Amino acid sequence: MSVEDKVRSYILENYLFTDDQSELNNQDSFLEKGIIDSTGILEVIFFLEEEFGISVEDEEMIPENLDSVNNIVKYIDSKS
Amino acid sequence: MCGIAGIYDFQNGRSIDQDSLEAMIQQIHHRGPDGTGYKVLNNVGLAHARLSIIDLTTGDQPIHNEDQSVWTVFNGEIFNFIELRESLEKKGHKFSTKSDTEVIVHLYEEYGDDFVNYLNGQFAIALYDNRKDRLLLIRDRIGIAPLFFTQSDSKLLFASEVKSLLAATKTPPELNHNALDQIFSFWAPISPATMFKDVFEVSPGQMLVIDNGKVSKTRYWDWEFPQDENYLAGSDDELADELKELLIDATRIRLRSDVPVGAYLSGGLDSSTIVSLIHNYTKNPLRTFSIGFDEGSFDETNHQNTLIEKYKTNHSYLKCANSDISDEFIDTIWHTESPILRTAPVPMKKLSGLVKENNYKVVLTGEGADEVLGGYDIFKEAKIRQFWAKNPDSKFRPTLLKRLYPYLDMSQGAYLKAFFGQGLDEPKHFSFSHLTRWSSTAKCKEFFSEETKQKITTNAFDEMSKTLPEAFGSWHYFNQAQYIEAKSLMGGYLLCSQGDRMLMTNSIEGRFPFLDHRIIEFANKLHPKTKMRALNEKFLLKKAMKSDLPDSIVGRHKQPYRAPNIPAFFNENTNDYVRELLSPEKLTGYGYFDAKKVERLVKKIEKGRAIGNKDNMALVGILSTQVWHYHFVENYFKNFS
Repeated sequence: MSVEDKVRSYILENYLFTDDQSELNNQDSFLEKGIIDSTGILEVIFFLEEEFGISVEDEEMIPENLDSVNNIVKYIDSKS
Repeated sequence: MCGIAGIYDFQNGRSIDQDSLEAMIQQIHHRGPDGTGYKVLNNVGLAHARLSIIDLTTGDQPIHNEDQSVWTVFNGEIFNFIELRESLEKKGHKFSTKSDTEVIVHLYEEYGDDFVNYLNGQFAIALYDNRKDRLLLIRDRIGIAPLFFTQSDSKLLFASEVKSLLAATKTPPELNHNALDQIFSFWAPISPATMFKDVFEVSPGQMLVIDNGKVSKTRYWDWEFPQDENYLAGSDDELADELKELLIDATRIRLRSDVPVGAYLSGGLDSSTIVSLIHNYTKNPLRTFSIGFDEGSFDETNHQNTLIEKYKTNHSYLKCANSDISDEFIDTIWHTESPILRTAPVPMKKLSGLVKENNYKVVLTGEGADEVLGGYDIFKEAKIRQFWAKNPDSKFRPTLLKRLYPYLDMSQGAYLKAFFGQGLDEPKHFSFSHLTRWSSTAKCKEFFSEETKQKITTNAFDEMSKTLPEAFGSWHYFNQAQYIEAKSLMGGYLLCSQGDRMLMTNSIEGRFPFLDHRIIEFANKLHPKTKMRALNEKFLLKKAMKSDLPDSIVGRHKQPYRAPNIPAFFNENTNDYVRELLSPEKLTGYGYFDAKKVERLVKKIEKGRAIGNKDNMALVGILSTQVWHYHFVENYFKNFS
């Protein structure tokens, strides 16, 4: 599975509780759309560290890196 | 399940006294009310109390092989006995009964001590090889069936419950202060210790051998986890399919019985899985049982009703009132034979009573799923604390704890650091996953009397670390947490005080598909993230059961099984025994607790100020220890002579 597929599948299963791919666009803002709350973002970070073996620094915990599937994919790319 | 007891005399030439065997088996009549059997062979006596479940007509024990050189008494079930029997018959073995017990003696003839590796089941076995003067005492891999032993007067006595041993030792027992210290740390003594000084259990997965008078122990099975990231390969879907196949088969063979089999239905994912598998993949009629509470926060009736409606099960329900817990508590401790820190076993005793009233003898339950497939909050907490430990100075990382404990006030940084931050500097320490639970439980030790503190000669944490296998340090921290949980809370409390004992007090056998060793061995090979994906517990089980169960069950937040504690004992109708056993006279007389401190705790409770976990655990722990002493020490001669 690609990074994008893994992230999409995690968000869909855990926050939207569905397999329906049409319910999540890659550019959707998690916070604006109410998909994930502020503690939920930490859970996403937890998932990214576990899944991709990266370490997310406090200063990297910003919407530009984490607030959409596209942002996360770009961020993971930049870490690898 | 049944009850077994026996005596091995190390002094040749002395005959075994059948009266002692009868006294021992009488104490565990509740485990096997359908009949008793005895066999004395030279220096060995075997006794059995039977609960008839398989082969109702010819399954009496002790059972022997063709030439009567090998004898056994056995408590439990061999679920794969049909397949084993077929294979043994092909090898020429002649069976004289239709029972699962008989495969034991023939398997032993065929494979020697390795026979145990062929068994899929829950068992405590005493097997005597008369030709070689060898006695084997064997307990199942997980520790579902109990088996205790002690040595007295050059004899080794063994039995399914300690009370059988007490019937034969003829002297009042002493409390094991180190075990008390361990219970007030881990909720259970560290195997093989028990609450009774000089009484031990055969540990799960262990075989105790007496060979011509010499005693040795071997471990034939243990929980093992991969090293070097050598996890099972496969996509989530493939692994979920494999898990489901195993679960279907584990459930199928656990329905083998010559009496009807029912199931517990709590409304959680685990029991719902079992009920759904019975409904969808077997022809067993669905008969289910559940319990609820007056207090809404403990009650899961809504979720139970979802399943009852979906599967149209023939269901019986019992509501447990606070007064039931207080009324049943004394008898509960008679059966647990151990202090407990929560009242949760008491409603389980009521529930098995409901099964008995409905003329059922066997129930399947969802026990074990959380340990095997990663369901507990303590695993989540360990993951979050590991996440925090990567950067202990991070302002954000500890806030993930709110996912687990929504009531946490994150502005209390110092408090958070002091409690949840314990051990952050040592994330590889064996105790990391359980440190917060153990340290908060251990606060109850402040009620120990000076006398008790002086009699505690070991450090509970050190003793726990000594029991860990050599490979432990090389396992993933999640697997380390699973191992500790399986060996401490599950083995020492859930399967015995809350499990076997609460079932067998009403002569009910529990069967646990999630604890089929094939499922444990499969799950242990999975990557931890396949068991708990980020903080999504039992991820693979949910995936495996998604098409079978309602979304409301698969997606519900896990609710731990709990029962009321302090409110059950202190209310407008507080039972006299509670006041008497917590009186300064009894506390000082028994000597285990500081009477003044306990008096202050009781006053705090009576003012309605005792609401925290520590106060609840302390009250139940102190009261249950007092009841333990009352039954087994103070009234020893009344109860055992």
